[in-house]
Amino acid sequence: MGQAQAKTEARKLPYVSAITEAVREILLEQDNAFVAGEDVGQAGSVYGYYRGLHKEFGGDRVIDTPISEKGIMGLGVGAAATGLRPIVDIMFMDFLGECMDEVANQMAKMRFMFGGSAKLPITVLTMAGAGANLAAQHSQSLEAWLAHLPGLKVVMPATPYDVKGCIIAAARDDNPVFVVMNKMSLGLTGEVPEGAYEVPLGKANVVRTGKDYTFVTLGRMLHEALKAAETLKGLGIDVEVIDARSVQPFDTDTVVASVKKTHRALVVHEAVRFGGIGGEIAAQIQEHAFDYLDAPVGRVGAPFSPVPFSPALEKVYVPNAERIVAEARRLSGL
Amino acid sequence: MAKQPNNKVLLDIHRRMVRIRIFEEQAGKMMEAGKIPGALHLYVGQEAVAAGVMVHLSAADQITSTHRGHGHLIAKGGEFDRMFAELFGRATGYCKGKGGSMHISNMDLGMLGANGIVGGGPPIAVGAAFTQKFKKTKNVAVAFFGDGASNEGSFHEAANMAALYKLPAVFVCENNGYGEYTAQANHQAIVDVADRAAGYGMPGVIVDGMDAIAVYEAAGEAIERARKGAGPTLLECKTYRFYDHVGVRGMGLTYRTDDELARWQQRDPITLFESRLAEQGVLSAKKAAGVHEEVLAEVKAGIAFAESSPFPDAATLLDDVYAA
Repeated sequence: MGQAQAKTEARKLPYVSAITEAVREILLEQDNAFVAGEDVGQAGSVYGYYRGLHKEFGGDRVIDTPISEKGIMGLGVGAAATGLRPIVDIMFMDFLGECMDEVANQMAKMRFMFGGSAKLPITVLTMAGAGANLAAQHSQSLEAWLAHLPGLKVVMPATPYDVKGCIIAAARDDNPVFVVMNKMSLGLTGEVPEGAYEVPLGKANVVRTGKDYTFVTLGRMLHEALKAAETLKGLGIDVEVIDARSVQPFDTDTVVASVKKTHRALVVHEAVRFGGIGGEIAAQIQEHAFDYLDAPVGRVGAPFSPVPFSPALEKVYVPNAERIVAEARRLSGL
Repeated sequence: MAKQPNNKVLLDIHRRMVRIRIFEEQAGKMMEAGKIPGALHLYVGQEAVAAGVMVHLSAADQITSTHRGHGHLIAKGGEFDRMFAELFGRATGYCKGKGGSMHISNMDLGMLGANGIVGGGPPIAVGAAFTQKFKKTKNVAVAFFGDGASNEGSFHEAANMAALYKLPAVFVCENNGYGEYTAQANHQAIVDVADRAAGYGMPGVIVDGMDAIAVYEAAGEAIERARKGAGPTLLECKTYRFYDHVGVRGMGLTYRTDDELARWQQRDPITLFESRLAEQGVLSAKKAAGVHEEVLAEVKAGIAFAESSPFPDAATLLDDVYAA
């Protein structure tokens, strides 16, 4: 930051720094915004994405909490309902199990239960994803838990640009928004504009255009799908890759328009396949584009097991480009 | 020294208790008549707690409630017509018929909802107290919960954080001796929930929850302490519900004896309070009866309002899932 950038050359930043910038922009912009979570203050979070903010904004706005997810999430709900705009950090998404009542029964439902009189502008930042050998309780992708709850919004930014824009859009939204980030993407570098900008919640991004196949991806799987698309290009298959970005609300229109053009669809997510969001997306595609389909709508996801520890097992657990290619070819006969 | 209530305050507490009692009695009747759908958890017997605490609060002070929450809303200033309309599932209710008894709320009155989840309230109250500290107001947040909720992790996390941050919060435990249908001796090894305060570095105070003046005095100290930035207090009010966990029936229950109920009913908080007011010459028995009559008329008007109110239009079903 602070270095002069040539106007013609886009500034590049790692995903981790894009998170910091987004939160900083919000703390500068909104006097009633604050960050609360485990190790977010003095330590700058276990992954360092709040580094510098405690020093800049002080302990009253970047708040270290006890290891108490119910307490933290409840604090966010109560503070939001009474006029503040909390940014709550849940260090690992797996820890949502500790505060699912505050999320599912309080935060998600309060506005509806109260007949619209409550407003809950709360942003939850949390880290999902396998691949770091952190085993079964620090690696899950649990977006389906959240997207099933009316009242919540859920986004899964895959790039540095999107993570900054999604956090800013989430913090300006008057609803609870979960920003589900991926720990394997923290070092990923990409273009990130200076200043505040929004990535609209609920809008998918057509990252690559193609005419033969539509891949719909959640979160980090975008990058595996892009690799798969390159491989398939060598086989003469032209793949369109759509990064859903937002799980709830889900941009059905963009996906359906693409499938009507390509006639084939494959949904890719890192979460366990059974009961995952891929099932919902596949159902929406067949509801809206059944007559256009030339092949069953496919789903690539993790097998029905907890995330394993051993690198040898985790490697075969997490979906990757090879599996995407294989599944696309198997389903389409291409 | 605890602040003694003056006559105006005494009459205020009395009216709040009577309002709760008659509302609840009539709500029970409406439920038994099949006019109120769903479940009602009635507050009869515990009126001294809500009234003794709430008389210290303004609308800018926040409270969280329990599934036995009508009394808290009434004592916080809830109006009968809109409350009954909510219980009847009508569009004119405080929650437009979307919440009902277990989620009745009024943000304008600082009432952050009855809560269907035992232990759901305290963490939210901590957030509301946090807002007051963040904005440097002198307002407080009061979490009402029961002996049953004192076993939920949410209470413990909330208590720890409130004490850690010295938040302007008061934890009011209404120990009515039962977590739903399970007697306190069968759900916790302690007798006094207030003992748990020590574990969080806050004062724990025990008060007779059938004595409105005792509640008033103890709550006044705890609230004053919170307002001046000295941190939270756990105030345990020993009380009793005269009705069943759900609904009206009080006698002939399998999990408690009629004798026990009769003993507690001899200490009915309203009867006790009225004798005291009569003795002190503050309110004669006749005038007290007049208050009951007035409130009953108001309750009946509230019921009439509810019954004549429309049900919510089906088109409103998806309203307010999200803010625009």
